Amino acid sequence: MALSKVNFNSMNVTPAASKAIKFNSSNNGLETGDIGGSLVLISEQTASGVQTLSFTSGIDSTYKEYIFKCFDINPGTDDQVFRIKFSIDGGSNYNATVTSTSFYALHREDGSTASLQYHTSMDEAQGTSGQQIARSIGNGSDESFCATVHLFDPSNTTFVKHFISRGNEYQSTNDESRDYNIAGYVNSTSAVNAVQFLIGGGVFDGTIKMYGVL
Amino acid sequence: MALTKFNFNSFDLTTAASKGLAFNSSANGFETAVEGSMTLIKTLTASSSATLSFVDGSSSVVLDNTYPVYLFKYINIHPATDSTNFSFQANASGGSGYNETITSTYFKAEHDEGDSATALSYDTDFDQAQGTGFQTLVGGLGNGNDESASGQLYLFNPSSTTFVKHFFGVSQYYHKSNYSNSHRAGGYFNTTSAIDEIQFKMSSGNIDAGTIKLYGIKDS
Repeated sequence: MALSKVNFNSMNVTPAASKAIKFNSSNNGLETGDIGGSLVLISEQTASGVQTLSFTSGIDSTYKEYIFKCFDINPGTDDQVFRIKFSIDGGSNYNATVTSTSFYALHREDGSTASLQYHTSMDEAQGTSGQQIARSIGNGSDESFCATVHLFDPSNTTFVKHFISRGNEYQSTNDESRDYNIAGYVNSTSAVNAVQFLIGGGVFDGTIKMYGVL
Repeated sequence: MALTKFNFNSFDLTTAASKGLAFNSSANGFETAVEGSMTLIKTLTASSSATLSFVDGSSSVVLDNTYPVYLFKYINIHPATDSTNFSFQANASGGSGYNETITSTYFKAEHDEGDSATALSYDTDFDQAQGTGFQTLVGGLGNGNDESASGQLYLFNPSSTTFVKHFFGVSQYYHKSNYSNSHRAGGYFNTTSAIDEIQFKMSSGNIDAGTIKLYGIKDS
């Protein structure tokens, strides 16, 4: 008797690439989805010569925390600021009010300078033009900026929306490593439902991934 | 008609221990799937709560050698009393009371909405030198309607009976005087006993509202 194995299209569920087979929420059928793990990749965008990357969907009450990971942000023009901007109208306007703190540690490749300092040029006091998370990214072929940004409970309509960012930059002019620590709140009780990343001038390359934390 | 059940080796792929079953990247076959490395263990929601406690073996809480790293996320902690501190302590396995010995550091960045004051400073009010009190994560939290604190606290290898137990927390909150405050606490429980209970509370009054989640993080 021939040996028969259950094939991928023998299951009573529509196959979806790289998704697991799970019992559905009613426990009366099958569905596809992610298995295990509390960090769920929601979306990913790759920048190639753009000024902005915007996340206009998927930020809602599904998760109490969202994490954005920025990979190798490389500007087209040297010495660029990189900002995160928040929207409370689905991305029509990225001008939500922010109050924040900023400090960073730096160390030069030649060892000549090392410091830890508060940086007033990067913090915001009820600002609406976006939160800097990097200050002077180099555009050399091996120069970039990487960061993780936590956004807590963006759909909450009672409290302000807190965020915490930490990122490391290859600083453009001094060949130094800068460890940026930025944190603050969107001073609004409206839900934050879209987020935009913006280079200060010119365009940038890089990848930004958005995760939800179960 | 007899009921047929599929066995573990009934599927058209090579089985792998502790892996899941998933469609492949082309959606034209099966593959084994890797489980995520961060697992939600327990969620506690405050509602005028004096304390929120995570106790290994109680209410589905796991806080033992199952994971080498545990991560607490506290989201929109709102105190009943203005200008109070959000804090935590541990109880060692077999011990009584949340009073383990702590040596820790504490520093903060702050900036007011009026742009009149900024600071980056070490805060001796909230560090401990072999203290047994609750370790502050957030100092001076406001209780205004829209004021709250969020952040996360890592606890490393709490089941170790060889080393002290390290922790560090990063908090962002709305200070009572309309400041954005970013506070960092790091330290260790100076004990070689395993730690299997963690408790959170305000320095005064209840936790009016807020959520604390406990995750386990695998190392392999």
